[in-house]
Amino acid sequence: MDLREINDLKILAARIRIAALTAIHSLGSGHVGGSLSIADALAVLYGREMKYDPADPAWPERDKLVVSKGHAGPGVYGTLATLGFFPYEELLTLNKPGTHLPSHCDRNLTPGIDMTTGSLGQGTSLAVGMALGDKLKGRTNRVFLIVGDGESNEGQVWEAFSFAAAKKVSNLVVMLDWNKRQLDGWTKDTLPMGDYVAKFEAFGFDTVKVDGNDAEALSAALEHTRCGGDKPFAIVMDTVKGAGVPEVENMDMNHSIPVSDEQFERWTAELKAQIAEWEA
Amino acid sequence: MKTIFTGEKDPRLAKSVIGETLTDMLETDPDVIYLDADLMSCIGTLKYAKTHPDRAIECGVAEANMIGVACGLASAGFKPVCHTFGPFASRRCFDQVFLSGAYAKNDITVIGTDPGVTAALNGGTHMPFEDTALYRTIPTATIFDPTDMVQLENVLRQSVDMPGVKYIRIGRKDLPKIYEADTLFEVGKALVVREGKDATVIAAGIMLGEALTAAENLSRLGIEIEVIDPFTVKPLDALTICRSARKTGAVVVAENHSIHGGLYNAVLEVLAAGCPVPAAAVAVEDEFGEVGPQSYLQKRFGLTADHIEEEVKEIIQRKHV
Repeated sequence: MDLREINDLKILAARIRIAALTAIHSLGSGHVGGSLSIADALAVLYGREMKYDPADPAWPERDKLVVSKGHAGPGVYGTLATLGFFPYEELLTLNKPGTHLPSHCDRNLTPGIDMTTGSLGQGTSLAVGMALGDKLKGRTNRVFLIVGDGESNEGQVWEAFSFAAAKKVSNLVVMLDWNKRQLDGWTKDTLPMGDYVAKFEAFGFDTVKVDGNDAEALSAALEHTRCGGDKPFAIVMDTVKGAGVPEVENMDMNHSIPVSDEQFERWTAELKAQIAEWEA
Repeated sequence: MKTIFTGEKDPRLAKSVIGETLTDMLETDPDVIYLDADLMSCIGTLKYAKTHPDRAIECGVAEANMIGVACGLASAGFKPVCHTFGPFASRRCFDQVFLSGAYAKNDITVIGTDPGVTAALNGGTHMPFEDTALYRTIPTATIFDPTDMVQLENVLRQSVDMPGVKYIRIGRKDLPKIYEADTLFEVGKALVVREGKDATVIAAGIMLGEALTAAENLSRLGIEIEVIDPFTVKPLDALTICRSARKTGAVVVAENHSIHGGLYNAVLEVLAAGCPVPAAAVAVEDEFGEVGPQSYLQKRFGLTADHIEEEVKEIIQRKHV
């Protein structure tokens, strides 16, 4: 990858962060931490890895994304709005009556959302079934699944991973957002899950751990998942909850937080300054 | 619609009807796909699955994942049919059926075998008296409680092309012959299996045969009961139920299920709202299941023709009060 391409992905990630904050600020509060931690992954997926058509969100041959940590909806909506799946102004309707953008992802409401999620754990089996179904239908597309580390407390996650490996669902790429925090605090204090890389390998996944807030590292990891084979892929993304906005990164609790006008202006100004720097 | 009830059992077992019908559906419709949670050999599909692993998906003992995978397959264009025992098809994976299935609009069919006392020797842990109640709370769900083999096969074939979550609760063993082959069943349309004037008995699943036996016995005493097979517990045919209730003035509901939340409650809701008449239940009281042969359990929990007859005689007295 050349520097230009990496910069483009960084810029997209920053624009996704601004869009997610725009949505959340319009309401006054929301799931900031987990939306920001996956912004780089979303940028690399939509900016480089996935095939899709914003004008035809239901294109059967498209790659699909299941964000099983469905509370990161604002991050995904920010991505989709930035890429033209729906008008950017719709971000201001987040969680408002009659909106197409509910707190948790809903495939029946939002263009570009491939699966309904929100009840933690359930998106994993759904993604595995989608990938298996596409494979059985002879399609060449892939399914990407973003799972939270707190979410992996749910037993269904591991049922799904056992099944995916056993059935050789190799068109599935699991991206675990290892941001080390969950609603009640640090995962190590809530329910530590041990070594994710060892776990995925033991379950039979082609596994790698990368800096999940580094576009270049994520790009390389995702490029490897194009290799085929008979194993599903797992990318353990070492991320920071709230990544890209230092004040959020440093908060004691940053799962779902209020966003004041002053904070919104300051945070988005910082992100815009970064974009200007990368564009230069 | 013609009935052929004489009390004679259908020589086919329900598990064979499910297994053979499913296999035929898999062979004739490439979009039908079948998933099981380590209970294929209980409905005779294991042999087929061994040679068709892409059509019959063995999920192991992981029902929540099975439902989720089925819902994912539905979104990819398949018509999934999932099977496991009733308690695991309802209580164990309720949230997955509710959200990944109904809420997300992923259309799946779930077969829960051995509901209520048909779990027999597997005992209380495997004996759901509340599966219908759970599924009734799922918006847009359809619940079938088939009464004979003709209806079972028809229901199974219909269900895969219907929208939403479809739940079929069915024992794996025998059932009396009730309907002529090729009888058509319309979802949400109850069948008046026997006409009468003195009381209405609405009976689902294994209780329809008991109700028809009770009808014969009562007839010898000069009491003519109308017997209705609701066919689908949800949607429930309020029109047919109210028409009969107004005609007879009393309703007994018979079901292999708890008195809480199942067909009895569904009928009470219809009666209270539109055609109030005295009503009574032949159903399981507020109890857990226990182990034993089905014939013992039917007596133990009062799921018999005798009990229906008692309730009919009693309610006829009440309606004259």
